[in-house]
Amino acid sequence: MSPSPRQLEREQYRRRRTLRRGAVAAVSTIVVLGGLALAVTQSPGWSNVRRTFFDLAQAKDSLPGIAQSFWLNIRLFLVIEVLVLLLGVLIAIIRVVPAPALAPIKVLAVLYTDIFRGTPTLLVVLLVGFGLPALQLTGVPTSLFWLGVIALTLSYGAYVAEVIRAGILSIHPTQWASGRALGLSYGVTMRKIVLPQAIRRVGPALLNDFVSLQKDTALLATIGLVEALRSAQVDQSRTFNFTPYVVAALFFIAATIPLARITDYLTVRSLRRENGLVT
Amino acid sequence: MKISPSGGLTAIAALALALTAACAPADSDGDSNDASTSAASSLADCQVDDLPLLKDGTLTVATDDPAFDPWFSDDDPSNGKGFESAVAYAVADKLGFAKDDVTWVKAGFNQVIQPGKKNFDFDINQFSISEDRKKAVDFSSPYYAAAQAIITLDSSPFKDAKTLDELKDAKLGAQVGTTSLQAVNEQIKPSTKALVYDDTTKAVQALQNKQVDAIVADLPSAYYLTAAEIDGGTIVGQFQPETGDQEEFGLLLAKGSKLTPCVSAAVDALADDGTLKQLEDEWLDQATDVPELK
Repeated sequence: MSPSPRQLEREQYRRRRTLRRGAVAAVSTIVVLGGLALAVTQSPGWSNVRRTFFDLAQAKDSLPGIAQSFWLNIRLFLVIEVLVLLLGVLIAIIRVVPAPALAPIKVLAVLYTDIFRGTPTLLVVLLVGFGLPALQLTGVPTSLFWLGVIALTLSYGAYVAEVIRAGILSIHPTQWASGRALGLSYGVTMRKIVLPQAIRRVGPALLNDFVSLQKDTALLATIGLVEALRSAQVDQSRTFNFTPYVVAALFFIAATIPLARITDYLTVRSLRRENGLVT
Repeated sequence: MKISPSGGLTAIAALALALTAACAPADSDGDSNDASTSAASSLADCQVDDLPLLKDGTLTVATDDPAFDPWFSDDDPSNGKGFESAVAYAVADKLGFAKDDVTWVKAGFNQVIQPGKKNFDFDINQFSISEDRKKAVDFSSPYYAAAQAIITLDSSPFKDAKTLDELKDAKLGAQVGTTSLQAVNEQIKPSTKALVYDDTTKAVQALQNKQVDAIVADLPSAYYLTAAEIDGGTIVGQFQPETGDQEEFGLLLAKGSKLTPCVSAAVDALADDGTLKQLEDEWLDQATDVPELK
């Protein structure tokens, strides 16, 4: 069965439209980005900026040290991400469970999220990194790595707890009712029915927090850990050339891009599943 | 609202034009890269009226905030107390500025060394002179030569170290951007990597928390820290950086600044007439009883 003349016309129109749109997009991209590049490279200070921020020899010099230090950032955020997720789920559940006997713990959980979401992360890092060891308590870790892990876990746990709590509250009450009607206990309903849906729903927001966390591992430089950014700073302060900073930035970007792409993919997938949207 | 392709293009072209116009080069001055540092000028050619200053008639001097003892006193560079404050006023005096003609501005490390226009005539902040750094900024003649010192606690096993080798297994800390950090990495070569801190205050806190066994700083700072800041702190010993030249502090100016020869001439004059020595004796406890670490 051959397509009708009208269908052929329609297809031809669509092909033409696609071509035209592509051309417009290409031209506008070249004009705008080209204009920007021109504006930057023609500016009187560009030669200075290029020498100070984009010096290839400097980049080569600082690369091995920064790469080695970035391994510390990676170890840090892998450990912290797991702990943050556990802490977040725990705090979120404490806050939604309807058990009056838990009231004091709930109050503490509310206090925790309020305080740690409201405190600048850098301040938490300083307080934990220098303050905890100063207490001279036995059992407090002295390793800077673990102090850093504690500080960022506390800070980010508060954000993630609120994200997960929002997810739990967004699950329709009928889900709870169905679970309980089937004879499942509250705990099992939470674990097997509500929580999986809640986490899936807030996935993009969670990954957003994790991307932010990856960058904030650089804050741990203030307590003495030599991570990628500090390593870059040491090179920069020796030579007064800012190129190492750019190199370190590229490492951080490279580490966050995979997460960002995964986030996009998961968002689209859940939209498709839940709304039948084809994007 | 429908945008026809041609309409869209026009809009984008207009936008691009607007952008390019917005980014039109601003007037730039200074920061030329011709090495204008002719042979050291004589002070006679360096009087206030002929100097290329940021603000006519005033000398603008920068330092970091907070300003630490013994280089400055009470975090107030304009009181003339503390070694670097005194040196700055002595340099100003040689160039013919009255005390009231000197303005102080705050400038952090990165502000001082970034390319582009500076907000000061010169900066005085224990900047060590090095060939690498000279590619980015100008330095005056040196106004102070510093030895490095190791600070630890009385209770530390490293207290009685006699050589740098004995410190190999110590956990060491130093401030970022200082040559102390380079000295640690190049001369002591510790078995665990040195920890790096933003400023001496944080390094001292880490020492008191026993997060590091010892910290490295220039000798005058070390003196001040053990005297005033650290309970039970002691100086293990001093050593000279042996990798390059001796550790020397210079006044920092913008790359290619026309002021550099004059400021250098002023510093040289202060060295020749004994003023620098006298200011050192006044403000910096000189090392007489600190053992030399080999």
